[in-house]
Amino acid sequence: MSARDAIMARIKAATGGAREEATAWLSLRQQGPRPTRADGERLARFTAEARAAGCTVSEPVSPEAVPAAIAAWLAAENLPARLAASPDPALDRYPWSRRPLLTLERRRAAPGDRVSLTPCFAGIAETGTLAMLSGPERPVTLNFLPEAHIALVCTRDLVGAYEELWARLRAAGEAPRTVNLITGPSRSADIGQELRLGAHGPRQLYIVLVDDGLPEGADGG
Amino acid sequence: MSFAGPANFRASAARALADEPLQQELAKFSRGFQVRRVEAAARLPEFEALRDRARDIKDHCLAHLDFYLERFEQNCRAAGGQVHWCATAEDAQRAILAICRRLGAKTIAKGKSMVSEEIGLNDFLAENGVRAVETDLGEYILQLRGEAPSHIVAPAIHVATGQWTEAFRAAHTDRPAERSLCDGSEIMAEARAVLREQFLNADVGLTGANFLIAETGSSVIFTNEGNGDLSQTLPRAHIVIAGIEKVIPTLEDLAVFMRVLPRSATGQELTVYTTLSTGPRRPGDLDGPEEYHVVLLDNGRADMLGGAFRDMLRCIRCAACMNACPVYKQIGGHAYGWVYPGPMGAVLTPGLRGVEEAGHLPNASTFCGKCEDVCPVRIPLPHMMRHWREREFARHLSPARFRYGLGLWAFLAARPALYRLLAGMGARMLGRNRPWRQLPFASGWTGTRDFPASEGQSFMRLWQAGRRR
Ligand code: SF4
Repeated sequence: MSARDAIMARIKAATGGAREEATAWLSLRQQGPRPTRADGERLARFTAEARAAGCTVSEPVSPEAVPAAIAAWLAAENLPARLAASPDPALDRYPWSRRPLLTLERRRAAPGDRVSLTPCFAGIAETGTLAMLSGPERPVTLNFLPEAHIALVCTRDLVGAYEELWARLRAAGEAPRTVNLITGPSRSADIGQELRLGAHGPRQLYIVLVDDGLPEGADGG
Repeated sequence: MSFAGPANFRASAARALADEPLQQELAKFSRGFQVRRVEAAARLPEFEALRDRARDIKDHCLAHLDFYLERFEQNCRAAGGQVHWCATAEDAQRAILAICRRLGAKTIAKGKSMVSEEIGLNDFLAENGVRAVETDLGEYILQLRGEAPSHIVAPAIHVATGQWTEAFRAAHTDRPAERSLCDGSEIMAEARAVLREQFLNADVGLTGANFLIAETGSSVIFTNEGNGDLSQTLPRAHIVIAGIEKVIPTLEDLAVFMRVLPRSATGQELTVYTTLSTGPRRPGDLDGPEEYHVVLLDNGRADMLGGAFRDMLRCIRCAACMNACPVYKQIGGHAYGWVYPGPMGAVLTPGLRGVEEAGHLPNASTFCGKCEDVCPVRIPLPHMMRHWREREFARHLSPARFRYGLGLWAFLAARPALYRLLAGMGARMLGRNRPWRQLPFASGWTGTRDFPASEGQSFMRLWQAGRRR
């Protein structure tokens, strides 16, 4: 008997084996109790939660104003203007040429990178969380290797609760290899039981809110 | 990294109570986690209802575990992952070594995984020429110090800042000896730099899993540092090691645990990095592992499923029970002698290691019930500890005086004030040099096979004294 069969036989002996209930559970995908906080005003909740988690969050800016907002933040934080940026075409809509000093290198992250720039699949208001999906144009390393991470969140991509994110994921087709849900900069309280930011991932997470001119959740998300 | 073994509990507990630096760290600890959990729960009015739901999801999963494991396996394979079924710790060790050998791997970067501690992975790999590097800061300092974790969420809770400095100076000899390394920020910056090299040079990355999702075939980790993500993204292969009880049905079910696990563990609204991984890198991806393996470990779990301790398999390893436990807060995690300390360990360790070796651990309890109050999946921990006690009794593993005294102990345990009074009186009457164990009703965990002679104070008095310090 293979290890698999032996383990399965032990489990089956203990569980009985009727499957209807479990099949129904999988197809119903019943949701648990829904936090009321997920149903309030999304932009305000998202901003407050992300700030509480240690992010810097911009006021909503127009797409045209995104390069300027980034340049101003980099200067204020004394960070270089060279960014490892996601190859995702979602970044193409912003007028980067208006800020010639900002250099975007569209690639995965390399060990020496100080700042990365990525779009987001969604922002989740309930906990101020960013959702990043991996893919050929969205390397995962941009979320983890650099010291500072700049993430662009379009206001129409704000959802209330995790369940809305799952709905959008399923609607987007094949599940991505990696879904990174990110809530604040990297941290650890392991040394002397004191919380410090910047353990292995980014020390700083700057969220630029991009105002699409659409009402939030306009696509029904 | 070695564990003393659960059998030495009493001696280890006595040592811990006398360990002044440890007592200082524990005093800090008992203020932190518990308060943050209470505050986080208060910010979410639905928290109690979510706990009920979390319990119900786990009960459902355990009742249909075979079905969900099959689904998980099917969907994991469909995404290009490989699933390895391992009945014992040795099987899991060998499965992981086989992957390393096939890849010619010399170094593994490890995220925090209690199951890897459970199977003694690092020592086994070292014996076979593969170096495992712990990359979680807490686990890293333990590896440098040759110690075992003392807490399942904050493994190095017992290590003081000065001890980090000492260990880093001894280990990182390629750095300037005169560098400043006193405060936590300097220590963290050095750890970040040193471990960065390890991620980049490792051949294989290994992580645990907080959950496996049947619907999608994904593994999920909840972390704060980012080391788990770097470990699983940069090397050529990602190995996930998980107990078979970790599978849950759907993403909707995951959402429930996203709401209760971090709040119960550290009081965070959500961990910084909650990562779902499904298979290896896809065509065209610029990063990510080329291979994705899930090692499913039984190691006694399937047997627990059929018995009185099934509810224990609901455990999501949040550590809230040890954070709330008056015994843990006084003696720390090492006294429990194995990977899983505190109330959850007192129930789980005899289940996984056998009642012969660990059957007395459930005595390390005042039966105050705080652990059950905070457990997000509402495991009846005190009830189960009592159950183990009865079982140890029934199997005649207890010394004669233990069996003789149990009836009286049970009576007294239900009446803590009386117990305290009697235990204190007994200790005073016995004086310094007579062995504690002759106390007729000292058959609880304070009752003893190897506890030193009384110092004139009962354990409970020592705790209270400790709390005042
Ligand atoms: S027994 Fe409950 S409280 Fe303790 S670690 Fe497990 S889930 Fe958390």
